[in-house]
Amino acid sequence: MQVSMKLEIRDTPGHLVAALMPISDMGGNIKTVIHEHDNLTEKGSLSVEVVIEIPKERLSGLLSLLQERGINVIRFGEESMHYQQSVILIGHLVHTNLGDTIDRIDETGYAEVIRMSISMPAINERSSAKFTIKAISHEHMDKAIDILRDVSRKKDILMIEPLVF
Amino acid sequence: MNLWCSEMNLRVALIGTGAVGRGVLSVLSSKNLGIILTGVADSRSGQINPDGIRIPDLLHQKENTGLCGDPSISADRVVNEAPYDILVEVSPTDAESGEPATGYIRKALDRGCHVVTSNKGPIALKYHELECQARERGVALRFEATVAGAIPIIHMLQDSLGGNEVQALYGVLNGTCNYILTRMAEEGLSYKQALDEARSLGYAETDPTYDVRGTDAAIKLVILANTIWKTGIRLRDIHVTGIDLLTEEAIRLAEEQDATIRLIGEIVPSKNIYRVSPLIIPRVHPLTVKGSLNAVILRTDLAGDLFFSGKGAGSLETASAVIGDIISIRERYAGGY
Repeated sequence: MQVSMKLEIRDTPGHLVAALMPISDMGGNIKTVIHEHDNLTEKGSLSVEVVIEIPKERLSGLLSLLQERGINVIRFGEESMHYQQSVILIGHLVHTNLGDTIDRIDETGYAEVIRMSISMPAINERSSAKFTIKAISHEHMDKAIDILRDVSRKKDILMIEPLVF
Repeated sequence: MNLWCSEMNLRVALIGTGAVGRGVLSVLSSKNLGIILTGVADSRSGQINPDGIRIPDLLHQKENTGLCGDPSISADRVVNEAPYDILVEVSPTDAESGEPATGYIRKALDRGCHVVTSNKGPIALKYHELECQARERGVALRFEATVAGAIPIIHMLQDSLGGNEVQALYGVLNGTCNYILTRMAEEGLSYKQALDEARSLGYAETDPTYDVRGTDAAIKLVILANTIWKTGIRLRDIHVTGIDLLTEEAIRLAEEQDATIRLIGEIVPSKNIYRVSPLIIPRVHPLTVKGSLNAVILRTDLAGDLFFSGKGAGSLETASAVIGDIISIRERYAGGY
């Protein structure tokens, strides 16, 4: 199952690794870590958001282990990619490595391209593709769209986004 | 301050006799609005008559000779010398320099006269400066016709939404692009076919770059932003993407999810969004207007969401906005000497 957790750690070297160790010790797979240095809590500690893949039966063991090692779990919950959005890309999509464009979203861990339709009218003509993306939250969707915007700019692709109202 | 009695005729000088100017003249001659024309000029000629120019004769002369007056009388002279209460500046937009219109407007304000304009150049480039000058002189500067043709959006923003905080604005502000996108969606035309059709119907200029690359919509967004938020936004602050690289396949892909593509201008200051771009929009969304229509949604804290739509261009539709400004100035400033 996929779980998202917000952990509280001290803002000193080594503490992030120490906080993540129990996850791999319990056989969990870390999909993404969002670590914001500027985001200090009132107590002067840092909060780190992680999304992990872990067998369901090991979850309570992981929570106990984190507690034993003094890592405070501020929030945790089962994560599924509820947020869905489609964008249309126009350009030389295949020649600019379509696989890489998709990977850039999938490798985030918090968003993935779940469907793609592509229309290629002729060789050497620009093709048009619709990507349907799922993400674990609105904020993560915005981040995924930002990445795709950046990739599109670099690959000279026109990206058409939905009107967000 | 320039005041006049309600029984007196309001004196207007008109600069520009293109589609908008002729629309204004035709309304002035067909409706008895208590307005007389004391000066008129196009790029090559002009005339001044303190007693009032006969508009049917003027339109006849323009049609037959291409001139609205005497070639020895320039627009500058009309602006500087004609006796008028309101200068109506409707010459073509120069989006880069804003001239010569900005100079005419400055001069009229300096004379203590009100100004009504449909010219986007001066308002997009020099709004703050011109507004300050108008305020110092105690006169009005109105520019309803610069944005969204017949829709009284500026009037709404300046006069009717007092006390509201406008949180966001979304708009279809370019009729040419909306026409092209409507035809691509409804008839399956390619971008080029739809553009050619728009040209043959007079919806697009011979050089459509200014419209299809989003510049025109972006300039209107600048005007709206400065009217609402007075933040001094400039054209270079707007992120602009046009519709010239759209494919018909992209529209088909949008249709698979009951959506289509429209060129939308967006301002959401809290998210730092200032952009014009083609966006995927549900087919049933209010902003999915058809043909050359324009539409605007304002999101406000008190009034909630407000939606406006109407014709974004056209001689009489734009004249409606100009005449509305003239009448509203008369109502506000009439009071006798």
